[in-house]
Amino acid sequence: MKKFSVKTIVAIGIGAALFFVLGRFVAIPSPVPNTSISVQYGLLAFLAVVYGPVAGALVGLIGHTLIDFSYGWGVWWSWVIASGVFGLLMGIAAKTLKMEEGELGKKGLIKFNISQLVCHLICWLAVAPVLDVYMMGEPWDKLIAQGLMAAVANAVTTAIVGSLLCIAYAATKTKAGSLTKE
Amino acid sequence: MENEPIIRFQDFGFQYTAQAEPTLYHINLDIHKGEKVLIAGPSGCGKSTLAHCINGLVPNSYPGKSTGSLTIGGKNAQNMGLFELSQTVGTVLQDSDGQFIGLTVAEDIAFALENDCVPVGPMHDTVARIAELVDVKQVLNHAPHEISGGQKQRVGLGGVMVGNVDVLLFDEPLANLDPATGKQAIVLIDEIQKRTGCAVIIIEHRVEDVLYRPVDRVILMEDGRIRYDGDPDSLLCTDLLPACGIREPLYVTALKYAGVALTKAMRPSYLPELTLSDAQKEQVRCWYEQHPNAEVNAAAPVLLRAENLDFTYDGGHHALRGVSVTVHKGEMLSIVGTNGAGKSTFSKVVCGFEKAQSGILELNGIDLNTLSIKERADHIGYVMQNPNQMISKTQIYDEVALGLRNRQVPEEEIRPRVEETLKICGLYPFRNWPVSALSYGQKKRVTIASILVLKPEMILLDEPTAGQDLKHYTEIMDFLRELNRQGITVVLITHDMHLMLEYTPRAVVFHAGKVIADKSAAEVLNDPQIVAEAHLKETSLYHLSALCGIDNSEEFTRRFIARDREVRK
Amino acid sequence: MTNLFNYIDRPSPIHRLTGACKLVCLILWTLAAMTSFYTPLLVAMTVAAVLLFRIARLKLKDISVTLGIMCVYIVMNNILIFLFSPMHGTNIYGTKTVLFHIAGPYSVTAEQLFYHLNVILKNACTIPIVLLFVCTTNPSEFAASLNRIGISYRISYAVALALRYIPDIQREYRDISLAQQARGTEMSKKANLIHRLKAASAILIPLILSSMERIETISNAMELRGFGKEKKRTWYSGRPFSKLDLACMLSCAVLMLLSLTLTYLNGGRYFNPFQ
Repeated sequence: MKKFSVKTIVAIGIGAALFFVLGRFVAIPSPVPNTSISVQYGLLAFLAVVYGPVAGALVGLIGHTLIDFSYGWGVWWSWVIASGVFGLLMGIAAKTLKMEEGELGKKGLIKFNISQLVCHLICWLAVAPVLDVYMMGEPWDKLIAQGLMAAVANAVTTAIVGSLLCIAYAATKTKAGSLTKE
Repeated sequence: MENEPIIRFQDFGFQYTAQAEPTLYHINLDIHKGEKVLIAGPSGCGKSTLAHCINGLVPNSYPGKSTGSLTIGGKNAQNMGLFELSQTVGTVLQDSDGQFIGLTVAEDIAFALENDCVPVGPMHDTVARIAELVDVKQVLNHAPHEISGGQKQRVGLGGVMVGNVDVLLFDEPLANLDPATGKQAIVLIDEIQKRTGCAVIIIEHRVEDVLYRPVDRVILMEDGRIRYDGDPDSLLCTDLLPACGIREPLYVTALKYAGVALTKAMRPSYLPELTLSDAQKEQVRCWYEQHPNAEVNAAAPVLLRAENLDFTYDGGHHALRGVSVTVHKGEMLSIVGTNGAGKSTFSKVVCGFEKAQSGILELNGIDLNTLSIKERADHIGYVMQNPNQMISKTQIYDEVALGLRNRQVPEEEIRPRVEETLKICGLYPFRNWPVSALSYGQKKRVTIASILVLKPEMILLDEPTAGQDLKHYTEIMDFLRELNRQGITVVLITHDMHLMLEYTPRAVVFHAGKVIADKSAAEVLNDPQIVAEAHLKETSLYHLSALCGIDNSEEFTRRFIARDREVRK
Repeated sequence: MTNLFNYIDRPSPIHRLTGACKLVCLILWTLAAMTSFYTPLLVAMTVAAVLLFRIARLKLKDISVTLGIMCVYIVMNNILIFLFSPMHGTNIYGTKTVLFHIAGPYSVTAEQLFYHLNVILKNACTIPIVLLFVCTTNPSEFAASLNRIGISYRISYAVALALRYIPDIQREYRDISLAQQARGTEMSKKANLIHRLKAASAILIPLILSSMERIETISNAMELRGFGKEKKRTWYSGRPFSKLDLACMLSCAVLMLLSLTLTYLNGGRYFNPFQ
């Protein structure tokens, strides 16, 4: 197995902690009564872009498992794995975005959002339901309906939260050399 | 061999890959085992880079090009990896939360042993022994957020001592500690050094606080070069420290103002052993008598009135016990006390982040409890300690405009208000810059500007100068004083005794959820009982005035501060 | 905040088991429950899970909140299944025994009810075991346990770091969020959804960017103390397996095998009382 740098390990740990805190404590009231929208997938997409596919996968897996553990309602492995796969796919898709050099621009944002939409569709409409059908023997129609809801909600939050994070991060990478006082 | 230095820099220079200019030039420096060395210098002087060269973060984590040579323990440091160096040099970082990696105290002390594959049995023995040495035995199973800042630092020290290192390197050990805990830290470092005989290197710009226990040598750095390398007594006889932007011990400055000619023999670096001749004492007394009484301001109308506030956290921690504080219009005052004394809770209650269970809280006679967090912010602005935790926009203009936009102020009204605020804060020339291009001090100004733009009557700042050197400290504080002159009431929460003496006529002292003193800063710091109870640190001027036979140490302090302010202008 | 994972420190045989053993048992048990639709086995496992709960000296009130959430979830999940696929049971078991008709396509069949029973049993035999693991395993042992069962120590340590810094990040989130609220950032229902998400970002951006600085500091601190130097590492809170540990892991392995064997002997995944 490839050896990770210490920095990647720390990024996975802190990333999972952030994923946990956002997923567990940051609930934004949603238009549907008694449900809330979780913003952690925006974070996950962003971290996968910055730290790569393996880090993305592990942040999703660890973070989601810890959330399930802390609620104590059992670990829903199908959804945990789907979170991990989302991190993995986003990391792979984002290899073309050159965030480290502070280049993002409109093109980068469009790429980011197309990738995240596709990744969400794969994870919540394919990965999670297939695993659920196998493990829990649940009916397809119900799983697809659930998956579609999750994919849409997560894609919307990722589009806003993830994009804003990418913009803010890219901005911290700009060099001050070109600036003049006015 | 005894005389072989453990660290030897020879004509050493270093340049970071990402930078155009070298950070270190022609460093020649020997440090021997058993020595205790203070490395001082203003921000950006290269002292941290020098420390990183010693522990190997340069060039292993921060790459760059070096010239000359650096040997550690007789080996060329350039060929040693981080791990090999960590067997010789133990580093305690400034950020004690970053340093504390384990889930509990015991696990954190054991961290290096775990990485060394030490078997569990011997590991438990070593941890027990080290915990005894740094006095954290009672809290071995505690999590980091269950122990105090001072204990955290002890754990940090324990964690590097398990490796039997020859060199202990402390990166700004005092930055996050309250004054009394800082004093204890210096004592602990001194004891550990005496017991283990290793070399101790302390990187710090708070020279007076480090000199609470003697050091063998001071290295003074400026612009990547060593300006002074020698004993601390001789250094204090010169004016090199202030020339490099480092604050001298106050009593040394006071002696210089009085015209006393310092010599090495007087032992100026260690206050308990400072010797003054009768003539010199007379000089100090003369200076004191010649200087006029410092002015005392008359009371203005009341702005904020808190009476009998009581607050208990969900967990049962009784954080405020009958707290009463009055803030007058146009005042600038300090709130001091240890971590956990209730000063942050008080500010949270004032800003509406927490709601007091009982008591009165009024602003201009209006009951604050009827206002939401957002509405209160129109009257009382709160500035967090770390500007990076407040800034959420990438452009300075947008960041400052955020509060107004959230309040649906029309855009054509926003522009003049933002521009005016940027002018007040000296940020107007940068208005189109991204926030990321600014220095820490400038970011701090941006956060203050983003609060000021809402035109609050009062601003509340949490540790505005933490971790700043004298130059940046003066910049931030002079700016706040300027705002205060323009009529804004300023309340500061601080650990910095000097800040409170120099800038705020009045100090409110918190201890264990109660206000134990509310009087002038000079009075507070000259009252040994309050100082001891609230874990403050008495000013060295108190000892100096006692030594010279001046009874009114308070007035002496006040006159010194007034004089110092004139000189520094 | 100090006890997010509801670890309850009480002397019991289950508490004394090593974390690694409990982790292995948890995984095997969950796998056995997931793969099997053999109803008698699921019933047996549910009974066993409740018994284990008693052995660990856990009280109902320790977990009443979790239990409540869990029940709501199970009910909702079953309603959803019924709404989408009222004839799922019939498809699986091949017969159709209508008990009564509701409306339109919705009829209650014995097969459907039996299928729902299986889904509930699958939850009921897993959830207590997860709770058991969480309540009786000291978080300090998590990482050491992962490493023990063969996951690289680097990844195991990432889990330890997550547990270490969750309280810090939680506190930081709270502080930042309050300061932003003071500046007028609104996350409540008053604003529309897009606006709410933007407001959330105003809090998340400083939180995440300052966490990235933290990553740098922590990785320096870890490297300076020799993390990653060797191919393996020891753990302060690691313990050797006892005989009881070995026995427990063996039993769970047998359970897993039993589940697979029963499915095989049954000639299909579903235990079918209707034919």
